[in-house]
Amino acid sequence: MKNLFYSKTLAPYIFCTPFLLSFCIFFVYPAITTFVMSFQEVIGLNNARFIGLANYKRLLNEHFYNALQTNTIYTICTVLVLIPIPVLFAVFLNSKRMKGTTFFRSAIFVPALTSVIVAGVAFRLIFGELDTAFMNSLLIQLGLPPQKWMMNYGTGMMLMVTLTAWRYIGINMVYYLAGLQNIPEELYESAEMDGAGAFSTFWHITLPLLKPIIIYTLTIAIFDGYRMFGESFVFWNEGMPGDIGLTIVRYIYQQAFQRNDMGMGSAIGITLLAIVLVINLLQLKWFGLFKKEGD
Amino acid sequence: MIINRKARKKMATILLVLFFIIVTVVALFPLYYMFMASFKSSKELFRNGMDFRIIPGLMSLDNYKLLFFGRGSIYLSWYKNSLLITALFTAGSLFFSSLVGYALGAYQFRAKNFIFTLVLLVLMVPLEILMLPLYKLIVGMGIINTYAGVILPFMVSPMAIFFFRQYVAGLSKDFMDAGRVDGCTEFGLFFRIMAPLMKPAFGAMAILLAMQNWNSFIWPLIVLRTNEKFTIPIGLASLMSPYGNNYDMLISGAVLAIIPIIILFLLNQRAFISGLTSGGVKG
Repeated sequence: MKNLFYSKTLAPYIFCTPFLLSFCIFFVYPAITTFVMSFQEVIGLNNARFIGLANYKRLLNEHFYNALQTNTIYTICTVLVLIPIPVLFAVFLNSKRMKGTTFFRSAIFVPALTSVIVAGVAFRLIFGELDTAFMNSLLIQLGLPPQKWMMNYGTGMMLMVTLTAWRYIGINMVYYLAGLQNIPEELYESAEMDGAGAFSTFWHITLPLLKPIIIYTLTIAIFDGYRMFGESFVFWNEGMPGDIGLTIVRYIYQQAFQRNDMGMGSAIGITLLAIVLVINLLQLKWFGLFKKEGD
Repeated sequence: MIINRKARKKMATILLVLFFIIVTVVALFPLYYMFMASFKSSKELFRNGMDFRIIPGLMSLDNYKLLFFGRGSIYLSWYKNSLLITALFTAGSLFFSSLVGYALGAYQFRAKNFIFTLVLLVLMVPLEILMLPLYKLIVGMGIINTYAGVILPFMVSPMAIFFFRQYVAGLSKDFMDAGRVDGCTEFGLFFRIMAPLMKPAFGAMAILLAMQNWNSFIWPLIVLRTNEKFTIPIGLASLMSPYGNNYDMLISGAVLAIIPIIILFLLNQRAFISGLTSGGVKG
């Protein structure tokens, strides 16, 4: 017994036990079950029979395509917003000429503290349907027609993207700020001596050196984009007109928990996993190739 | 010429500051709007729109009173549930994840790389894919609609393990050998020598885990089935309904949900930021 507490070889295994247990119970078992269930018709909690690829065949329907399309557009839009804007903010706030940087950094970061529900409540107020809601009253003052923001696909998408942008710009900005601080000052000094302008310095020094962090944030944005749920739930928690806001994970939720079709839910889940893995691999390969060309 | 250039630089600074003042206003506006709206009845809000001036006579605490003392309001139970779940989850997660991260960062052992690969694997799979069998599992274990059901599946956090491993890998191991010479057990090494050195990592992770848990939505939504067990986000979501939202409680409830986090943030910004951006730590 005494040896157990002094053993240098045994100790790390004991320390890792909680992870290994959790991994087996809450990861491997569910992962295998999802895979198996996707080929089954699941009746109740303990009754199932194999039905081959029937669940996957049923996936080829309009609702799933809509969900896939919504996730794809949403992901592209969030990537287009969540990378360039925070990069610019970070570059400006890293500049020595800028004043009050600490204050601005904190202020821009504050939205990141909110939950998607709390943020959603604020956005539902601002983008309310009535003429008195903030955005509509603004439109009316500008002489434009007020909008029913949550009733159209386009404006609905805009709501989700804006909500996400509002919550995540601060986080990405802080990532890029951390990256900028690792760029040696001498590089900028020698660029200045060579007479490089601000833009060419940004293009030839800042951007290439930020690339690893940009790829990291891009990966996270794609990952989060395809598993989005709360941003849609907070605007259309029960029904939605047409399939506005129907995302892949909402489709899982709908099929599995509202229609009690676990098999179908699992098939959607496995498809989502495949999508996320393929996109991330492609993207890593693509950027990897870029790197070789550059060298 | 030189003066001209200086003036131009000064001009650029002023423009930049102005630009960021606008950005700040946009960033904080939704929270300010919600805060101001929480002092108005929703009827008044929808009839007359928002008034941003602070006029004490036109503001009332009725919404907050409704939240605490209103008939059928169990907001305080939601608050209690959120606090307890967050505290238990964070404490458990810090303990177990730091042990695993410490083992992976401080020891050389055969399964080390294998276990670390498993940690990364869990990080790369979206939890939403596993939630159906997890739900069945939780039902089977008899912990549906309990704190344990919300907490257990994600308590050993791969993200926190990763962070602790990176942190420990950067620490000097000399103290460990000195401790061994002094007759310290391997457990003692962790609790007496290394854990105190990992304090900044504990701080950053405590804040990140607590915030993620306080704000988490999809898993508690699945596990918690009855109103009195809800956490704040689930409870607030239950106030939104297609037949007209209960805005009076929704707005003031949302304001009270975010206040503890903002206070924590103002007290300890550095730990917040290093926690939230921990994923980018170089390996």
